[in-house]
Amino acid sequence: MAFQPIKYYQTGTFTVGNRLLPPETRSVQADLRRTNSLNSGHRACQGCGEALGARYAIDAAMRATSNQLVAANATGCLEVFSTPYPETSWQIPWIHSLFGNAAAVATGIAAALKAKGREEVRVIAQGGDGGTTDIGFGCLSGMFERNDDVLYICYDNEAYMNTGVQRSSATPPAARTATTMAVGKEPGNLFGQGKNLPLIAMAHGIPYVATATVAELHDLEAKVKRAMEFRGARYLHILVPCPLGWGHASDATIRMARLAKETGLFPVFEAENGEVTQVSRIRRRVPVEDYLKPQRRFAHLFSPAVRKDLIARIQDGADRNIAKYGLMGGPA
Amino acid sequence: MLKQTEGSHAVAEAVALCRPEVICAYPISPQTHIVEALGEIVKSGALAPCEFINVESEFAAMSVAIGASAAGARTYTATASQGLLFMAEALFNASGLGLPIVMTVANRAIGAPINIWNDHNDSMSQRDCGWIQLFAETNQEALDLHIQAFRLAEELSLPVMVCMDGFILTHAYERVDVPSQSQVDGYLPKFDPRQVLDPREPVSIGAMVGPEAFTEVRYLAHAKQMQVLELIPGWAAEFRRAFGRDAGGLVHPYAIEDAETVVVALGSVLGTVKDTVDEMRARGARIGVLGVTCFRPWPHAAVRSMLGGAKRVVVLEKSLAVGLGGIVSTNVRTSLSDEAHQRGTPVHTVIAGLGGRAITKASLERAFAAAMRDELDPTTFLDLDAPLVERVLLREREVRRSGPIAENVLKLRR
Repeated sequence: MAFQPIKYYQTGTFTVGNRLLPPETRSVQADLRRTNSLNSGHRACQGCGEALGARYAIDAAMRATSNQLVAANATGCLEVFSTPYPETSWQIPWIHSLFGNAAAVATGIAAALKAKGREEVRVIAQGGDGGTTDIGFGCLSGMFERNDDVLYICYDNEAYMNTGVQRSSATPPAARTATTMAVGKEPGNLFGQGKNLPLIAMAHGIPYVATATVAELHDLEAKVKRAMEFRGARYLHILVPCPLGWGHASDATIRMARLAKETGLFPVFEAENGEVTQVSRIRRRVPVEDYLKPQRRFAHLFSPAVRKDLIARIQDGADRNIAKYGLMGGPA
Repeated sequence: MLKQTEGSHAVAEAVALCRPEVICAYPISPQTHIVEALGEIVKSGALAPCEFINVESEFAAMSVAIGASAAGARTYTATASQGLLFMAEALFNASGLGLPIVMTVANRAIGAPINIWNDHNDSMSQRDCGWIQLFAETNQEALDLHIQAFRLAEELSLPVMVCMDGFILTHAYERVDVPSQSQVDGYLPKFDPRQVLDPREPVSIGAMVGPEAFTEVRYLAHAKQMQVLELIPGWAAEFRRAFGRDAGGLVHPYAIEDAETVVVALGSVLGTVKDTVDEMRARGARIGVLGVTCFRPWPHAAVRSMLGGAKRVVVLEKSLAVGLGGIVSTNVRTSLSDEAHQRGTPVHTVIAGLGGRAITKASLERAFAAAMRDELDPTTFLDLDAPLVERVLLREREVRRSGPIAENVLKLRR
């Protein structure tokens, strides 16, 4: 196709028309030769953000590695919905060992490939936020500090969804889960807790850390591709809304992800060797209420009385992110 | 080649001769010298290609081993005690997935109270995790069992633990015969995995299995272990032809032909037991020994036939099933023949050597002689300081806040 300058146009969702992009920057999913690494027919819920994120991420990684890819998976929704015996949705070599060891299993795979002189085969480890920020954190940190040649992808839906929506250390303040009930003086998850895994990953000084959401799938694909240009430990943290756990309509997954970014609650950025190198600016800033209201996990902030105090604290968190990462303002 | 060396170094040399491709190491006494020696061999470039990975925990060590083995690499690690327990979840996973990892367990007690010395409660606690468990009597046997372990593991695609007594073997300098590389290469074929993660032939390993097939998968694990019982004797014979010495096998009888009393034991204590038995036999006692090398799978038929003529069995074990008594003896009881059951052949449990307490010939002889007089209790704690225990129990009855148990035991010693 002849060179054609990109003509951005508003679609109401701020997406850029894929067909107007040069072929090499079009979505992997728009290519008939996409690998469908996580194939159709799996058992994910309608509107599952994790299934969407994984499909885009792994297909992008497949393209980036010329299909030379192995994946290790933590226990969790992604593992359960993709491999109910005797079926598997994975078109790639894939292993599930335990809940807390995906990063270490991936380290072992990478070591074996190195010993066998097959370093063209690349290794991904993946898990949910529980498997990443809680039970798998020790193995993940070990993989980071050794700078093992693994891309770890965390699909963050902010709670243990597979076991029935219990709190993880990635659950946001005020969110109701099965173990942070919407009762008492401070209903939902407590303020002042939780882990920021992308920052912790950066503190290990690993070559590449990035965040992404399923609202910007081109950006997600580009980050997977970028991650595969590095050797050593890399970390990609993808926000994947969960209609079941968050209590939003199953057709609102993309919108929720976009609002998480546009409020400033979920900063989208890239970092190399511990330094932020690029941030995705907020295009049209929205108050956190717009993000919180459609989600039943935050319903107690609006009914029976509007908890302006708690909403203000959440807004304060978003504002701090905006200031810290420079999410507003001119072009990066 | 004969050399005077530490048990740990002998094992490290044997493992290196097996050409592992991935070794993961986490320090815990008393296995440290093994992985230290291997680390040096790998770093020197003498063992290549091989990746030596310093991991952050035993759970990670076994998890890295799982990944490496699933990617088709010959994989080795070593641990002990708390470390073995910390990897417990991954142990079941490795065997459930059918990955032929070989691991040394430098047997050590489990806390609390924390104790770094030898007993068998660590590997015994994992006896049902699906790993083959082999127990070495000497450093030479520890060396030899590792070479056999890789062959066994890879033939059946099952993980193998080689258990050797911490400090007593790992830190003892003894003469060992270290085989040549060509001898080991001749005995141990190249690793040809049954399953491998490879983009050329993608497979999903570790899928979720529900009630419709879980029983069958578990049955296969059991059936495969039972195959080991048929394979081990032949491989031990082949080992003897290749290396010119005995090692491995299921069980090792000693002076058992005319024995009315048979002592069953595992590991390095067999040396002391045999010396004791020799002295008792010199005075006319009809006593013999059955050493168990292969504890998992349990060599049911071999034990049954070896104990067929015994009037009584004394199981000397360095492990304790709290609330039951012996672990090895519980296994031995399942192997008594119907006739032995009808005769009421007693199987005594003698718990000894916990947390590294020395097992002396004098104490053994007292216990064995009591058994032969039919005066030995069904369960005996060898050299137990019974008055001390009584004082502790009395204090606990009298004082509600009696305080930490270990402190009381130390305080009330006289």
